[in-house]
Amino acid sequence: MTETKYESYMTDKIGPLPFCAGCGHTTLIKALDKALVKLQLDPKEVVIVTDIGCIGLSDRYFLTNGFHGLHGRSITYACGLKLARPELTVITLMGDGAAGIGGTHFLNVARRNIGITLLIGNNFNYGMTGGQHSVTTPTGGKTSTTPWGNPEGPMDLCGTAAAAGAAWVYRATMFDNDLPDAIATAIQQPGFAMMDVWELCTAYYMPRNDLKRKELLELLKSYGYTVGLQADKPRPEYTVRYREAYEAGKSVLKKKKPIEPQFENSVKRQTGIIIAGSAGQKIKSAATSFAEGAMFAGLNATQKDDYPITVQTGHSVAEIVVSPERIDYTGIEAPDYFILISEDGLKRRRAMIEKLPETSTLYADESIELPATKAKIVRLPLAEAAKSIGKLSVAIAAFAAMLEDSGIFPIEAFNTAIRAFTSPKIAEASVSAVSAGAELTNKISKAR
Amino acid sequence: MGYEFIEGNEAVARGAMRANCNFFASYPITPASSILHYMNEFVPEAGGLVIQGEDEIASMGFCIGAAMAGRKVLTSTSGPGLSLYSENIGLAIMGETPMVIVNVQRQGPATGSATEGADGDIQFMRWVTSGGLPIIALAPATVEEAYKLTYIAFNFSEKYRTPVFIVSHKELGVTKESVDLDSVELPPMVNRKRIQSGATEYLPHYFEKLEDVPAISDFGGEHVARYTTSTHDKAAYLTTKPEIIQEMIDHYTAKIESAIDDITMVKEDYEDGADTLVISYGITSRSAAVAVREARAKGKKISSLVLQTIWPVPEKAIKSAMERKKKVVVPEMNMGQYIMEIKRLAPRDVEVVGVLKMNTKLVSPQEIIEKGGLL
Repeated sequence: MTETKYESYMTDKIGPLPFCAGCGHTTLIKALDKALVKLQLDPKEVVIVTDIGCIGLSDRYFLTNGFHGLHGRSITYACGLKLARPELTVITLMGDGAAGIGGTHFLNVARRNIGITLLIGNNFNYGMTGGQHSVTTPTGGKTSTTPWGNPEGPMDLCGTAAAAGAAWVYRATMFDNDLPDAIATAIQQPGFAMMDVWELCTAYYMPRNDLKRKELLELLKSYGYTVGLQADKPRPEYTVRYREAYEAGKSVLKKKKPIEPQFENSVKRQTGIIIAGSAGQKIKSAATSFAEGAMFAGLNATQKDDYPITVQTGHSVAEIVVSPERIDYTGIEAPDYFILISEDGLKRRRAMIEKLPETSTLYADESIELPATKAKIVRLPLAEAAKSIGKLSVAIAAFAAMLEDSGIFPIEAFNTAIRAFTSPKIAEASVSAVSAGAELTNKISKAR
Repeated sequence: MGYEFIEGNEAVARGAMRANCNFFASYPITPASSILHYMNEFVPEAGGLVIQGEDEIASMGFCIGAAMAGRKVLTSTSGPGLSLYSENIGLAIMGETPMVIVNVQRQGPATGSATEGADGDIQFMRWVTSGGLPIIALAPATVEEAYKLTYIAFNFSEKYRTPVFIVSHKELGVTKESVDLDSVELPPMVNRKRIQSGATEYLPHYFEKLEDVPAISDFGGEHVARYTTSTHDKAAYLTTKPEIIQEMIDHYTAKIESAIDDITMVKEDYEDGADTLVISYGITSRSAAVAVREARAKGKKISSLVLQTIWPVPEKAIKSAMERKKKVVVPEMNMGQYIMEIKRLAPRDVEVVGVLKMNTKLVSPQEIIEKGGLL
């Protein structure tokens, strides 16, 4: 047995507890003190987190760490403290009002099994703001906001916590002689532990509804509820599970190598390149490989993408800027090169294509009916080529065709980027697509 | 050493890691979500923890709790989420909590255009919470600056025990750029001043001069700690005494406002004899750079001031740049937010012209030249 050091965890430095005579909060707070005395925890290792409401006045009466936060959010601060320092004992005090406004935190802490203790002083109404009804006010209960009787139904806090997966759930009343022991057991749970403690609010709910000890116990029975343990399903606490999951899965993470310029380029000024196609054509990743290829050729590059939120449908457009200088403005009003590989791309950027100046080159799949444009047009049999290279490589092939035609940087820089940053299997297919794409341009040149 | 092709959101995450960030909580929102993805890659590997909150309110709550237990914390969001951060930002100011908040702005109001950019939250970030006390906000323009300013934001948050915003933008957050982060020069790392070991008394908000930043003792550390959302005294006990409440309010204000020279970061590109000045920040400063270059190429004398610190307002730098100017041009991707600060500081005879739009498209260099009358 360890020698008892702490006879109380409370201080009278700022006076006695502030609650009304007969208020259940006084009972709950004193029971918590007795539980802490039983457990003999180091006060520096205990944090009492309080919510808003009368019970929110209580943290400052303890010798432990105290944290008093926003209404309904005490669970979130408690979780933050616990996640940062799992060795701490974190006890949250809230009322039924906070359980309502912070309902999502109540559900999610139970589901996650973060090892805090939640004590709800449930007195069926808002004491601090003038006796308004809460999520636990009984049907028919009279409050300042239900003067004719509450038309709403009460939430079963224990049932809700249990349904959300709480590891340890206990229903108590302020009249239970073993309340301190029950609280001590709650605090000792490694996972999330929650207690719904039924109380009297002598200022508001009790006088309006003639609810005294006998009636409170009858009310509890009338719901078919019992006092005592409601759920006990221990499982590993969140921070333990978090580390385990990370250790088991971390091998999936891979690092990218830096790019060292190793090829020449012929780009004299900031140059805009747009590729427009459809979802599923790997436009974004092809554009990234292209831009990284430009970087292997000593250029600066930027890329932005335009695609619908539903990523596997509709258009996919990538805008690339390459320059030997620093790139300031990343907008492209008149692209130097426009690569059009599907009807979706045309639909999305038709207005831009119609306005292309004569200095632009438009590379377009031969099957697409183009609007009138001043740009120089190069037709590519991409849909036909897709039959041999696969439709996932069409964008890569189109970039290769454009590179072969424009010569802004070497095809080999493009291949180097592909090999550097894609898995060997995909890289092999992509490099073949690069050859096929370049060949398309060569065939067209010969035909010309 | 060497180049990488990364987006602004990754640079923010990397800057945070460079500052030893070891806790991250956030709720997914376009265009900030990838910060959550990157932090999942980086933080657990460094021994820290990342959690996706059930909403923005929970994410902020986790961060505040973790920060007060000694973690260096980051969270990220966009306009709609920032609305939900509001009340907790007030708490973070009240409790003098070091934390960095990245706002990757998008077109609003409300859900707006989730995948498009705007600078619509510039005044919102300043006045984000009840009480109107000052915060710090840094606006990177490039991927490199997203890295550097996030690192510096951690320094400021630790040094001044305050929430610091990174004012990002869809056009920065999810645009990839070639960058060499290893070559970026960074100031020394600053960590929060902790109370001396063995100190007999710990007052969480102790200061002698109003502008002093209190030394901290982490929850779970050597001292019993307190934190409260209510008006409080230096010991973090609730108070209703007007003189103490005023003293604390003056303290929160003074510690930021007296540090304005330390916090101010601007990029000055001045020309002798220029009577026109362009003042810009964030993504739009890149368009301004092109506009100024083009105007100069056509023989126009013109100066440029780019603000990396936007809150608190770098008044000295702005006022000095406006001296002997006839016209100040302020391009913004909103309907005129920061221009209010410029107009407030401008001498009477200076014409302040906004180049303003909020239609998801970048303000182009051409628009700045034409609507700003640079030529």
